[in-house]
Amino acid sequence: MSLPADAQAALDSFEQARGWEQRARLLMQMGDRLAPLEDAQKCEGNRVHGCESLVWLVVEQRDGQWRFKAGSDARLLRGLLALLLVRVQGLNSAELAALDLREWFTRLGLERQLSPSRSNGLHAVLQRMAELVSVS
Amino acid sequence: MFQPSPWRADFPAIDALQRQHQTYLDSAATTQKPQALLDALSHYYGHGAANVHRAQHLPGALATQAFETSRDKVAAWLNAAESRQIIFTHGATSALNLLAYGLEHRFEAGEEIAVSALEHHANLLPWQQLAQRRNMRLVVLPVDAHGCIDLDQALQLIGPRTRVLAVSQLSNVLGTWQPLPSLLAHARAQGALTVVDGAQGVVHGRHDVQQLGCDFYVFSSHKLYGPEGVGVLYGRPQALGLLRHWQFGGEMVQLADYHSASFRPAPLGFEAGTPPIAGVIGLGATLDYLASLDAMAVSNHESSLHQHLLRGLADRDGVRVLGSPQAALASFVIDGVHNADIAHLLTEQGIAVRAGHHCAMPLLKGLVLDGAIRVSLGLYNDSEDLQRFFDALDQGLELLR
Repeated sequence: MSLPADAQAALDSFEQARGWEQRARLLMQMGDRLAPLEDAQKCEGNRVHGCESLVWLVVEQRDGQWRFKAGSDARLLRGLLALLLVRVQGLNSAELAALDLREWFTRLGLERQLSPSRSNGLHAVLQRMAELVSVS
Repeated sequence: MFQPSPWRADFPAIDALQRQHQTYLDSAATTQKPQALLDALSHYYGHGAANVHRAQHLPGALATQAFETSRDKVAAWLNAAESRQIIFTHGATSALNLLAYGLEHRFEAGEEIAVSALEHHANLLPWQQLAQRRNMRLVVLPVDAHGCIDLDQALQLIGPRTRVLAVSQLSNVLGTWQPLPSLLAHARAQGALTVVDGAQGVVHGRHDVQQLGCDFYVFSSHKLYGPEGVGVLYGRPQALGLLRHWQFGGEMVQLADYHSASFRPAPLGFEAGTPPIAGVIGLGATLDYLASLDAMAVSNHESSLHQHLLRGLADRDGVRVLGSPQAALASFVIDGVHNADIAHLLTEQGIAVRAGHHCAMPLLKGLVLDGAIRVSLGLYNDSEDLQRFFDALDQGLELLR
């Protein structure tokens, strides 16, 4: 399965990144491009718990395609959320179920961000996403 | 000026971590272990493990002897009058739960339990839940701007209805010593039982439980350079006599029938099931090691590093230290920067510090913060560790700003 164009572009830039500083800069750039949530979407119902930061995840399905929005008060986490969304945006349930997101973050050189011990919350976001998609 | 730690080489993991480019500044969460502990564990498992207080065979006798010798060492470390005043638990958390359940039968609806606003969840939630079970009132003693329990208010709030006062000795978030002598004396005069959470305090300096005058003192082995899975509960003999048995099982029983049983007094009556034998023996070896050090030199080293840490934080724009830390650690936030972001960048640079609420959510909420970064020191840290932290902090801030 070929990557969505935005995901491919993100992968290209992360593959070229040298060192933690460049990766952090890229993450911040990605985060700045994340579509902002409306205030009403930053509600308790959309909160992802298990993160030390405030994180919201909004999920809806249109014509069989999943649409996600996400936000956080922490900047680098917004970058990680943006990298997640470019990979999953617009997939249908079968595609989403088949997708190995750990592999996606590993290709980006960010696999350590997925560790359950990390308080940044990406791990919790993935769990929440899987829950929301499976009950909808 | 470089300040080395004369004890760094006694902790093999520090070297190993350094080879992985990790600077360990999270000792308030758990500590690295001295070689003496590794040797004791290896000796125990390598020479014949056995259960304690059960078998007449030689391995059983040796294990029991080593186990009980550790109890003597803990008693000596705290200056408890007798070894039987030391109960081994599975951690500070389980010691505090033992107290909350063991004392429950003594309390009535409407009576009060006093804790401070800066308690770790381990010394808050067992009492909060006890208060809910018994319809008691949980009284929260406020903390002043420096991060110490406000003594004037506390002395007003602790009164004749107070049945238990449970407070930390040294705050795990603010690094402040709490005014225990006045608090404990007042609480005892009001007829309350006193519980001191020494999880952080026991690691810095020697504390004499008889001088402290508390009914119970609790600490955790793993924060004192010992193994995990072992906690210590010290109690005054009269106070231990008030405890109801809590967990039931092997070895805590005197006589058992199908429908009734009688139980042993402390300490064994409160050590149901197989205890963490190797861990207890390991803690004994750790205490031997710590007792062999020049206590004054350790204390000077720690306070000098702590000053270095505070100076470095004060020198940096926008850094706000929580409270006025006196020992061991400092927590801080940075104006305009999310603590998760700075934590992320410190991690990227191999700096092991703690970010978040430090198991004290109500305290952080009271300070109107959703988290903070905590740097905490052990006796193996040196000034280069702090320099690496400061360099990483500067680099991270440059990137974020």
